[in-house]
Amino acid sequence: MAQITLQNLAHSYLPNPGKDADFALKQMDHIWQDGGAYALLGSSGCGKTTLLNIISGLLRPSQGRVLFGDRDVTDAPTAERNIAQVFQFPVVYDTMTVRDNLAFPLRNRGMDPKYIAARVQAIAQMIGMEATLSRKAQGLTADAKQKISLGRGMVREDVNAILFDEPLTVIDPHMKWELRTQLKKLHRDFGHTMIYVTHDQTEALTFADKVVVMYDGRVVQMGTPEELFETPAHTFVGYFIGSPGMNLLEAKIDGTHAHLQGQSVALGASYAPLAGRTQIGIRPEYATLTRGDGLPVRIRRVEDVGRHRLIRAEVMGQPLSIVAPEGQEIGADLTHVAFAPDKINVYADDWRVQGGTA
Amino acid sequence: MIKTQNNKAWFLVLPVLVLVAFSAVLPLMTVVNYAVNDTFGNNQFFWVGLEWFEEMVTSSRLHDALGRQILFSAIILAIEVPLGIYIALNMPKSGFWASFCLVLMSLPLLIPFNVVGTIWQIFGRVDIGLLGHTLAALGIDYNYTNDPLDAWMTVIVMDVWHWTSLVALLAYAGLQSIPQAYYQAARIDQASRWKVFRYIELPKMKGVLLIAILLRFMDSFMIYTEPFVVTGGGPGNSTTFLSIDLVKMAIGQFDLGPAAAFSLMYFLVILLVSWVFFTVMTNLDRQESK
Repeated sequence: MAQITLQNLAHSYLPNPGKDADFALKQMDHIWQDGGAYALLGSSGCGKTTLLNIISGLLRPSQGRVLFGDRDVTDAPTAERNIAQVFQFPVVYDTMTVRDNLAFPLRNRGMDPKYIAARVQAIAQMIGMEATLSRKAQGLTADAKQKISLGRGMVREDVNAILFDEPLTVIDPHMKWELRTQLKKLHRDFGHTMIYVTHDQTEALTFADKVVVMYDGRVVQMGTPEELFETPAHTFVGYFIGSPGMNLLEAKIDGTHAHLQGQSVALGASYAPLAGRTQIGIRPEYATLTRGDGLPVRIRRVEDVGRHRLIRAEVMGQPLSIVAPEGQEIGADLTHVAFAPDKINVYADDWRVQGGTA
Repeated sequence: MIKTQNNKAWFLVLPVLVLVAFSAVLPLMTVVNYAVNDTFGNNQFFWVGLEWFEEMVTSSRLHDALGRQILFSAIILAIEVPLGIYIALNMPKSGFWASFCLVLMSLPLLIPFNVVGTIWQIFGRVDIGLLGHTLAALGIDYNYTNDPLDAWMTVIVMDVWHWTSLVALLAYAGLQSIPQAYYQAARIDQASRWKVFRYIELPKMKGVLLIAILLRFMDSFMIYTEPFVVTGGGPGNSTTFLSIDLVKMAIGQFDLGPAAAFSLMYFLVILLVSWVFFTVMTNLDRQESK
């Protein structure tokens, strides 16, 4: 096991990349701590899988280095890196039994048969497939096949890291929870570094200690689920995390206040003059409807989502979502919206600006 | 649910039945007619029952031809299937060279059978053929017109040249359908090249390979034109396969009765083998969907 370091890493699928847009993965420096449980979150096509394949050695980066501990493995083949990877769609060896499938990575490394048998049994128990061990893998359901893939990824104890590439896409919701819990348990028991790629924020936030959010080939933020929620470093993170995402309002920033078309909003911090496009971001959870404080608001629609109500509104000509707690009357007298000042984030050209003390 | 009892639908099948009757069943029946009668021309037939069949089953001439035929099919299958797979494995997966290889591989398949025969007939001639002349110049005693072994080698190499492409193309199609993730998983699992072939590529190619083997078996078992053009069945009878023998018997000697009995049995053998293949293949499919 080792810490995984990415130095100056960038990748392009084109032979002679020139422009920034040619790169599937923009230049980055990143460190994956040994034993961490990471989620790699981002929308489809943002470079998550590319990054994963570079770590496992299925892909050679166009530039930069990959280090495992102190060892440079940029040019080392997959086999030497000792990495386990589980793919989005189930990969099983059809002609083998479930048992042989699980034992395959161990046998290829010439492990002791007794150890293999015990290890396979333990993994089968974990994925709940003890009863089907002697069956051919052919003709099993997609669920079962993916569980075998997961099992094959976890069967080796000495791996440097286990990479999961949206492994639960084909699994039904009930089983998803169970398997994710198993993965967490496995992480606690063995302390492997785990990197879990997903575009599902619930999956990312429940699995990982640290969530890495990618956008357009870049890592835009790495942090705990709480950090991502409270202080998104990029407007994309604000939009992507949370349901619904963060509200973004065009505003002019002036010291401790933001101005929206003449109306002033108090900020929790003070800001130096900012260049470029400036926005304030406020979570729907931190916006409250009031009878007179704050900005005038026009309510468009109220959606009851069970635990709370979601209000789609318009403020100064810009759309705004508000989460109203259960039980709050929503009447015609609620004509304004107030923002909790210390929960407002300020963005210049989509990147978060750290404020000074007010 | 109330079912309407109505047999009029059978009439809809009638056109097909009539068509098949005229195109296949009736011509076949004339063969059956010749097989159970003796004739001296003039459309006069004398009933002989199964006599021709008995004669053919015990005929050593037929046994020899059948033996040669089985040996020929076995040899070309043993060469063309592994060679075709090997070529398919080494063909480029995409880009210009993939298309180039595909076109190159298809060329032999597009050449008419008797032209293939003529090509090799001339190619192998010792006096003017490139192959024959070169071998002679190298001091190798090669002459397909009077050495049975040379004749066999020529016919086999010609068939391999003509038909390996078919196996290769089918195998290539099978290989192309394997998702990249399988190869990636195999690398993660540290599978050797042989294990990748044994546990990923071969199982995924199984379906198309069975079709390839079936096609090559049927075709080679009925082979006529190419060896006939090259060797005419000789030297002696050494490359006289079943079809060549049949034609000699029917057209050359005008033994229509024995030839008819022979062709019926020939037909049944091919039907039987194809049926066995079909059953095996559908059984495999059923296992897969279980």
